[in-house]
Amino acid sequence: METVLILGATSDIGIAIAQKFAAEKYNIQLAARRPVLLEPTQSDIKIRYNVDCTIHAFDALQYHTHSLFFENLTPKPDITISIFGIMDEEDDAFENWNLTQRMIDTNYTGAVSVLNIAAKFYIKRKKGTIIGISSVAGDRGRASKLIYGSSKAAFNAYLSGLRNKCFDDNVHVMTVKPGFVYTRMTENMKLPALLTATPRHVGEVVFEGFEKRKNVIYVKWFWRYIMLIIKNIPEFQFKKMKL
Amino acid sequence: MKKYIGNWGNYPVMECNEESFVFDEQLDALIKEQQPFIPRGNGRCYGDASLSQRIISTLKYDKILSFGRQNGIFECQSGITLDQVLTVIVPAGWFLPVTPGTKFITVGGALGSDVHGKNHHVDGSISNHVIDFDLLLASGEMTTVSRENNPDLFGATLGGMGLTGVITRVKFRLKKIETALIRQKQIKAASLQELIGLFDEYKDYTYSVAWIDCLKKGKHFGRSILMLGEHAKLEEIAESDRNEPLNLPKKKQIVFPFNLPSWVLNSFTVKAFNLLYYTKNFKKEINNIVSYEPFFYPLDAVLHWNRMYGKSGFVQYQFVLPLTAKEGLIEILHRIADEGLGSFLAVLKVFGKQDSMISFPKEGYTLALDFPVRKGLLNFLDELDELVLKYHGRLYMSKDARMKPAMLVAGYPELEKFKQIIKKYNPDGKIRSAQSDRLLLTAGN
Repeated sequence: METVLILGATSDIGIAIAQKFAAEKYNIQLAARRPVLLEPTQSDIKIRYNVDCTIHAFDALQYHTHSLFFENLTPKPDITISIFGIMDEEDDAFENWNLTQRMIDTNYTGAVSVLNIAAKFYIKRKKGTIIGISSVAGDRGRASKLIYGSSKAAFNAYLSGLRNKCFDDNVHVMTVKPGFVYTRMTENMKLPALLTATPRHVGEVVFEGFEKRKNVIYVKWFWRYIMLIIKNIPEFQFKKMKL
Repeated sequence: MKKYIGNWGNYPVMECNEESFVFDEQLDALIKEQQPFIPRGNGRCYGDASLSQRIISTLKYDKILSFGRQNGIFECQSGITLDQVLTVIVPAGWFLPVTPGTKFITVGGALGSDVHGKNHHVDGSISNHVIDFDLLLASGEMTTVSRENNPDLFGATLGGMGLTGVITRVKFRLKKIETALIRQKQIKAASLQELIGLFDEYKDYTYSVAWIDCLKKGKHFGRSILMLGEHAKLEEIAESDRNEPLNLPKKKQIVFPFNLPSWVLNSFTVKAFNLLYYTKNFKKEINNIVSYEPFFYPLDAVLHWNRMYGKSGFVQYQFVLPLTAKEGLIEILHRIADEGLGSFLAVLKVFGKQDSMISFPKEGYTLALDFPVRKGLLNFLDELDELVLKYHGRLYMSKDARMKPAMLVAGYPELEKFKQIIKKYNPDGKIRSAQSDRLLLTAGN
């Protein structure tokens, strides 16, 4: 039985992806900054799906701990999925460097730090899968997602570069761009139903993409076309728009 | 975000702000906010018991904490549905100790309503099977409650419609089964008298319930089908099923796609349905082995069946009368038949003894009826209330959307004690619902 590592397992999407892989008979390693929060999810996964499930402390911002964190995982995960990320209010972040830096350091630097370690391991083993949950916000920089969007743009570029680098070593890298998702964080926002996925749907789409070894997936298909249009608006026009 | 929310009857519908939680600390933070709220599970109570301007939904708080495959003790967070519980316990040879007629309710909701099932006369309500639970009080304090360590809070929470606090963790005992199948017996009764006799004759069956055609007048008044069942033993099922006797039934789900226009359900169509339902059983008696799903959850096979009643919704009316009030049952059924307001479903069940503070069941006959919301319905139900009171009966709060406070007072002898406990643990009415306001159960009324 193969093992999946979930980095950022306290998010609604993290829990849903873990449940989907567990239902498909993968053992699960749940990692988050505060593993104590993961205990109910751990027992739930073990009991519902009859798979093994362990919990691990992982702090994206403590880069120096990442090597030891990965070394201590037994067995080593066959699939590493990075879900963690933060999205602060952009206006606050623009005013407060600490918030800006924390977003960049978590969403980009932290992800690169831990995924480099996993990638090196997989390259050596000539087998493995890395899945990065990024965002449609990384497809083009916009005022309303200034810092978050740029951190995800960098993450997108990293994932596509990593996919390229690892190709010859039989290591697959998949980029996931969820779009809007109904989570606890968004329950007070009015979201367009057609463009918004449930966490469970994200889990299913990620698993399906993994099985088909997709490169880049949008969770709801029309996001691909929305972002295609947004990406193709000429800059002289785009800079005047409020998106 | 504000949205319009109704429970299963789609009556009433209220503008509510709904929030949810995954972790205990998120619930703590929600409770600390000033605005009053009511906890809500899957919204399968029929009326306004889980409606309030602010709703705290338990649906994301749905993890299984422990399951003793040997001793049948199950522990979970309150937002898990019975449907999800069944998919885990049935293959391991266990079943819910008590289940209502839908599996789409949460465990927390099951306690809040102290639900009963077809086995009430044998096993009582769910409260008989609860070992303990955690309750987050309005003050923000978490407390573990069992019948032994805090009988007041136990009694006021089981059937207390969520007013004592938010139930977070629940531990309860399951029932051992050999197969996922039910040995079923269906008997047609030509009249109410005959049906009541049959209930008595077959009272040793673990599960029993009857569907009555309550529009039939004259000689066939009260014609009905009594449905009895036992969990099938291994040797009772077909040899071909014996290798995997605990397999879950295959999913066959139909979705009722839209709200039916309200004119579709009239006394003619309901009569036609009841005729079909009654005559589909050609023989006087049928004995067969069926999966647990059609036996316990016949209506769950049609998702959103409540849309059948149209946009204006429906009210379910469930009352219980003491065993001595058979003539009351007959009088009320006559009254409904005369009015022709069209109850699609009329379900009769005999309750056994029950010892609890605010739970609905008590020894006697309970009848549940659906009425589409129409002009004149509320007045008619007030008239039925008077008949129920005349025969010393009472109504089920989980079904209620309209009763008057006096009706509750008359039906529940321990209501004052219940109110005192609410006052003690929920002194400022921080936890309140449209129903608790209407029934004057919470502070500030």
